[in-house]
Amino acid sequence: MSTAAPPLSARQQFLRRAEDCYRDYSLQSVQDWKAATGGLAIGYMPIYIPRELLHSQGVLPVGLMGGGDDLEIIRGDAYYQSYICHIPRSTIELGLNGSLDPLDGMLFPAICDVIRNLSGMWKLLFPDKFAMYLDVPQDFHRLRGGRFWRQELEQLASQLTACGARPYDPDALRESLALYNTNRRLVQALYDLRIREPWRVPTSELYPLLRAGMVLPVETFTSWLEEFYQLLLADDTCRPMDQARVLLTGSFCEQPPLGLIRTLERAGCYIVDDDFAIIHRWLQHDIPLEGDPLENLANAFLEDAMASPTRYIDEAVKGAELVQRVQASRAEGVLFCAPSFCDPALLDQPMTVAAIEAAGIPWTAFKYSENTGQFQVIREQAGTFADALKLWSGH
Amino acid sequence: MSTSPPVVQKDSSQIRQKEMIAAHFHRLALSPETGENNVYTFVPGNLTELIRAFDLLPVLPEINALQSGMRGKSREYIALAEKAGHSEDVCTYVKCDLGMMKSGNIGPTGERLPDPDLLLLSYTGCFTFLKWFEILQQEYKAPVVMLHVPYQGDGTITPHMRDYVVEQLRDKVIPALEEISGQAYDEAKLKGLLARSRQAEDDLVWVLQSARHRPSPIDAYFGAVYYVGPIFSAFRGTEEAVGYYRALREEVEERMAAGLGPVTPEGQLAEERYRVVVEGPPNWTSFREFWQMFVDEGAVVVASTYTKVGGTYDFGFRHDPEHPLETLADYCLGCYTNLNFPSRIDMLCRYIEEYQADGFLINSVKSCNSFSAGQLLILREVERRTGRPGGFIESDLVDPRYFSPANIKNRLESYFQMLDQKRSGGH
Ligand code: SF4
Ligand code: SF4
Repeated sequence: MSTAAPPLSARQQFLRRAEDCYRDYSLQSVQDWKAATGGLAIGYMPIYIPRELLHSQGVLPVGLMGGGDDLEIIRGDAYYQSYICHIPRSTIELGLNGSLDPLDGMLFPAICDVIRNLSGMWKLLFPDKFAMYLDVPQDFHRLRGGRFWRQELEQLASQLTACGARPYDPDALRESLALYNTNRRLVQALYDLRIREPWRVPTSELYPLLRAGMVLPVETFTSWLEEFYQLLLADDTCRPMDQARVLLTGSFCEQPPLGLIRTLERAGCYIVDDDFAIIHRWLQHDIPLEGDPLENLANAFLEDAMASPTRYIDEAVKGAELVQRVQASRAEGVLFCAPSFCDPALLDQPMTVAAIEAAGIPWTAFKYSENTGQFQVIREQAGTFADALKLWSGH
Repeated sequence: MSTSPPVVQKDSSQIRQKEMIAAHFHRLALSPETGENNVYTFVPGNLTELIRAFDLLPVLPEINALQSGMRGKSREYIALAEKAGHSEDVCTYVKCDLGMMKSGNIGPTGERLPDPDLLLLSYTGCFTFLKWFEILQQEYKAPVVMLHVPYQGDGTITPHMRDYVVEQLRDKVIPALEEISGQAYDEAKLKGLLARSRQAEDDLVWVLQSARHRPSPIDAYFGAVYYVGPIFSAFRGTEEAVGYYRALREEVEERMAAGLGPVTPEGQLAEERYRVVVEGPPNWTSFREFWQMFVDEGAVVVASTYTKVGGTYDFGFRHDPEHPLETLADYCLGCYTNLNFPSRIDMLCRYIEEYQADGFLINSVKSCNSFSAGQLLILREVERRTGRPGGFIESDLVDPRYFSPANIKNRLESYFQMLDQKRSGGH
């Protein structure tokens, strides 16, 4: 007698769709979009690129976040010593095995030395494809960094045009800014809902959606966010559990495998704030639509971006933003969860730990790589931490 | 069997260089009493002339870290930093510097270094520098001023990159230096310093290019790290630097005229058997042992990329006193670690051709992503373009846990054997 699996709920179906979408390394959704629109698709490495500008020129920005735990690295390892993080080798693997063929080019934002070097490697390995290193200012003054950044954006726009994109048009950019403003608000709404009722929004479900949002056109991603929000509200089966509220930080580039996120939740943690797929929340407010849209886009980077380890933070504010995030998310503790060999995350950690400790916030730390397969040690560590938090906070 | 310690051979320029550096550290040690102010800054993208134009004294944390490595102190310093929560995965220069600070900030000459009066975050080509000074800012509570130097992602310096650097120099860096020094910016003084830099740079390039001769009168890696010391650190723009490079040049001219090879720690190199180009920084904790492995094989390094981290002069750049801020910007933008991969590869290929090298070696440094991430592609690409064999060794700058002498020696021996086979027509 065969027992048929019970039918998937609407929520489960939705999540499967999101997971299939982001795990599809052949970029089928991108291919479909290109076939339908005839537009260019440009890949980018994590953290931040001005997606609004690309969108306004009819270009699909495609966020690449390595190969996760799905990809067998065959050739990528030949380019990197063992003491370099995992994401550049899996990205090269994807390039060499043809997965990234649907892309018309690549953008390498200034994140760290690894990505910086990868930009030049890409030029050598894929000489026929467009590849650009996008330097972001570390001077956040409008007249200096602002002018520089604006010129970088103008250069990007004209290079995209040279590859076949529409020329820069301020009205089109204004429309794109509006679309992304809406999109960011919806992402934020899910984060807010998770803060209020974390049992309703498990991170292991929110995360695949955010990842899918990196390869989908913004219009589609926006509709998916709305759909997910409605599904969550309609689902009254979720009940609060006795879990500890934690903020997870350090995973802004190479991402942990989904299994690790699930493990943390199973170990008793509600992740109420995180750094995953951070581009969706990199800018924290709407970009104004009045005035010069390119100027507004440039200023938003200077003045409204998150305090990431990849940004220079000058006197006296290091770690302050993390403390604020802990307070805003009502997290009881912090998980420092960084990829092995990730210089920006690991060099930042002692400084932010100092700020967290000064604020009396408990923390613990561990490392991963995108293809980590064994979670037992992390499970025990996170479980012990969650238990301790529950004890301290008098659950 | 003799029991006397081995005599370390030094040429007179090396002795002079040592004295200059010792005097600088002594001056720094006395500065709390003399009232001289200092500026902590980095080697790649250093603005020594500008700092000196305000009569401020430069302090280079990387130089302190490498000196700690050479003096056998780095193990203990790194351990201290790791105990304080710094990851085993990150740049060991940073940890070595922090450990030194936590141990009382005793510099290479045994005297105490002053705390920073200003942290001048002028850096090129490495993100770790940002973090490093964020950490120091937190530790010392010193004021910090940042000069962001854009990366040459497309292999060129564009006017907008240069303008951005000049604006930061004019509107931010100079006012900060004025404040710390209590002196107004004096462009004529800066021009004078830049003119002296130029003179010294001419002589330095002449010395480095002397390695084109056979036999090469210098070792352009192990020996040259001493040569670049003054110009990459505290002395560019000074009369002392001009005098040092003039004397060094004369010394090398004499060696060349006499048909001599480089001076090594054990004396005159008897025979130049291999000419190689080296990419990547040296190891400092076993510097002498590492050099000796080359000497034992009769291998001379005829060009290296490491000696360009504090400025790439051999392709024509010189400081230009007529355009003081623009030339400082171009200098920063042109340092080796600010070059993209295709440019780094071009440079190696050019060195191999121009210096008639038999092959090239990469010393991949474990904790330095800036140099190391992707070096295996450099290896492959340079081999493909030049047809000359490449070798690959791994060590670290100042973490003695990552220097494995037997392993490196083995690799070097087989590499040189490969060069022999290649010469004799084998494969
Ligand atoms: S994981 Fe860290 S070190 Fe690696 S590429 Fe990303 S930011 Fe750079
Ligand atoms: S990572 Fe490399 S270039 Fe950067 S500070 Fe460390 S040793 Fe220097």
